[in-house]
Amino acid sequence: MAHLLSDGPTQNAAGRAPGGAGWRSRAFKLLKATTTPLLPEDYVDLFDPLRTSTVLRARVVDIVAETEDAATVVLRPGRTWRGHVPGQYIRIGVDVDGVRMWRAYSVTSGPREDGCIAITIKAITGGAVSTHLVESLKVGQIVQMEQADGAFVLPEVLPHKILLLTGGSGITPVMGILRHAVEDLDDVILLHSAPRPEDVIFADELRELGANDRITLVERHTDEHGLMDTVELEALVPDWRERETWACGPAGMLEMLEGHWQQAGHAHRLHTERFRPALAEPGEGGTVYFTKADREIECDGARPILDIGEEAGVLMPSGCRMGICYGCVLPMREGSVRDLRTGEVTSATPGDGILIQTCISAAAGRCDLVL
Amino acid sequence: MTALQKKEHNPVAHMTPEDIDSLGKELDAVRAEIIDSRGAKDAAYIRRTIDVQRKLELGSRAVLLFSKYKPAFALGTAGLTVSKILENMEIGHNVMHGQWDWMRDPKIHSTTWEWDNASPADLWKHSHNELHHTYTNVLGRDNDLGYGIMRVDEDQPWVPFYLGQPVWNFINACFFEYGIAAYDLELGKYMKGRKDKAVFKRDLGKVGQKVRNQMTRDYVIHPLLAAPTGSWGTTLMANALSNLGRNLWTHSVIMCGHFPEGVETFTKTSIEGESRGEWYLRQMIGSANISGSKAMHIATGNLSYQIEHHLFPDLPSNRYAEISVKVRDICERYGLQYTSGPLPKQVASAWMKVIRLSLPNHIAAKVKFPSRRKPVTPTALPSRRVDTGEVAA
Ligand SMILES: Cc1cc2nc3c(=O)[nH]c(=O)nc-3n(C[C@H](O)[C@H](O)[C@H](O)COP(=O)(O)OP(=O)(O)OC[C@H]3O[C@@H](n4cnc5c(N)ncnc54)[C@H](O)[C@@H]3O)c2cc1C
Ligand code: FES
Repeated sequence: MAHLLSDGPTQNAAGRAPGGAGWRSRAFKLLKATTTPLLPEDYVDLFDPLRTSTVLRARVVDIVAETEDAATVVLRPGRTWRGHVPGQYIRIGVDVDGVRMWRAYSVTSGPREDGCIAITIKAITGGAVSTHLVESLKVGQIVQMEQADGAFVLPEVLPHKILLLTGGSGITPVMGILRHAVEDLDDVILLHSAPRPEDVIFADELRELGANDRITLVERHTDEHGLMDTVELEALVPDWRERETWACGPAGMLEMLEGHWQQAGHAHRLHTERFRPALAEPGEGGTVYFTKADREIECDGARPILDIGEEAGVLMPSGCRMGICYGCVLPMREGSVRDLRTGEVTSATPGDGILIQTCISAAAGRCDLVL
Repeated sequence: MTALQKKEHNPVAHMTPEDIDSLGKELDAVRAEIIDSRGAKDAAYIRRTIDVQRKLELGSRAVLLFSKYKPAFALGTAGLTVSKILENMEIGHNVMHGQWDWMRDPKIHSTTWEWDNASPADLWKHSHNELHHTYTNVLGRDNDLGYGIMRVDEDQPWVPFYLGQPVWNFINACFFEYGIAAYDLELGKYMKGRKDKAVFKRDLGKVGQKVRNQMTRDYVIHPLLAAPTGSWGTTLMANALSNLGRNLWTHSVIMCGHFPEGVETFTKTSIEGESRGEWYLRQMIGSANISGSKAMHIATGNLSYQIEHHLFPDLPSNRYAEISVKVRDICERYGLQYTSGPLPKQVASAWMKVIRLSLPNHIAAKVKFPSRRKPVTPTALPSRRVDTGEVAA
């Protein structure tokens, strides 16, 4: 699932002949010789940015408000889109105030004839990308994207009894799953928490599914009911042990659930999707040296090397930005980094090439990364 | 600043270390202001420029398919020349400076960009960004200063070879992109046996491949594409003319940047242990601007704002115009020469200097060359303002 360097620089000048020998590759070579130092696709991009075969992009075809601060964005992906499995996420790259930023969003759309997909974004106060998507994105704009990824999906053989536990925007991957599979599922309990009734994303559709007995919907409003605890969970879903469970929501909620399932020896039946990593206490920072770029950057101990590198203008490979996809991995030749989630320090001695995830690693003293 | 102090008029003699320090802080503030306000508008500017350039190139090349007809030849050649100039100057040069790296767009990034020039991006970036911009106008360190074949300062001993330097300079202008490739290869250093053979061979291979690619495109493929209409010869000619046009243009612009009268040169020892303020100072008085229309500025890749470019080589070129207002004001207050003039005047001035320096000093002294260096009176030097009891800003 790791796509190393998936977000890496696509070199304008580098040869990227499509596979397959014969006349096609010869024709491509000739075309390349015609457009050198650019690639033929650089000219195609001028007229149709969705056609290119080397980067995936999408056009925004619709934007629908869901709640006060959440919106669904319908995207028409480019030619090379390979489709997704319900529950998976895509990464999209948008230019926020001129700066390309990448974030992951779960696919929320159900089956569609037109090949479009949708993502649903909840604007977070102070959130650079989510606010941009909800407030400033326009129909017709082009966004960068990547192929779908993620393991938060239903198994091939559908379990008989299912429990879905969601909080806030954590409903998104679950909605994507339900829209595709609700007809094939027998016994689904959806336990969803949101601050107030009007904050529930997809409220009408969920309540209708509940009213039609397609699912058992338990809606909790934390402003009124407070955060859910294990006692309440036991009361609301007494048969949770018998259910294959998918959970997505705030870090606190997921930690509580993981602990509970672990204790009962049922950890293997709980599938979670995190939107953000849970972080440990930060340590001392240090200097990161990018060996190929020959750039030295001061990094504090509390922020991922990925963020700081990007801010300094280094083209960093990235993915989920929370330690699950390995899209941000770089070899560390020397020095130490600290895992922001566990506080654990990893060190390399000269000559090593230990692969580290820059999105969840902070500098811990000096370290040399190959980029 | 020892090299300067030797000159009959030392342009920075009136400045105390404290003044230089304060100059550095003011310029740092100018820089911070631009970085803080960089955004969507600037990104749109470079994207639009790239879009226009590529469409102009495609359009011109399409027109050239019918270049056996004179109007098509004229239009296509003019369009291709302008497109090639834009590609090298406002786009290539500036992207490779990292001016647009902050956008984090891998398609418009200094580490991935390749340009339509004989010198491969990585070689050029090394010799231009690291050497020329670090050692601006430092005799013997800055290749742009005479490209190693010219005498650029009275202090350089004269030898008869220099008599021909107006001719060398003209030839260099016509084949400028190859000249650039040659000194990015550090050909001179190699010939003197001061460059690693293996490195040179590797680099030579890169340049060779690049030149082959460029030539195949301009002089083989595109003429062949135009052959069906009987336009192969005129297409070949059009490509050659547009390459020549771009060479002459870029050479002129670059010569104007550091060569006109009034621009200072420095010795190797004078820049040792330079402070931030001193570095800024050297960049300022070692560069010259060209004044003119907006179109002219864009055609020079905003290198017409050479002073601003040298102060802030990695700030987006479309912002140099607004930076120049502030820099000019700083120069006035600190009593520093802000060399600027219209293109023909600056080109003439640079050529005059080439000619003057082709002659031995004692002969050149007899010929009257117009001097453009006049002392500038500072209007608000921090050290003096403190002297008179005023509060420093
Ligand atoms: C696999 C995956 C799937 C995702 N799916 C979705 C989805 O379907 N819909 C969706 O809206 N988001 C989803 N996210 C989260 C999304 O990728 C962004 O992290 C989120 O939109 C915030 O980005 P931002 O740029 O607006 O905030 P940033 O500018 O990155 O952060 C601003 C501030 O907000 C805090 N913050 C970041 N995320 C949250 C959060 N979730 N809650 C509270 N505070 C936060 C940060 O710590 C920071 O202080 C998903 C994330 C992952 C990893
Ligand atoms: S970006 Fe996904 S693991 Fe780092």
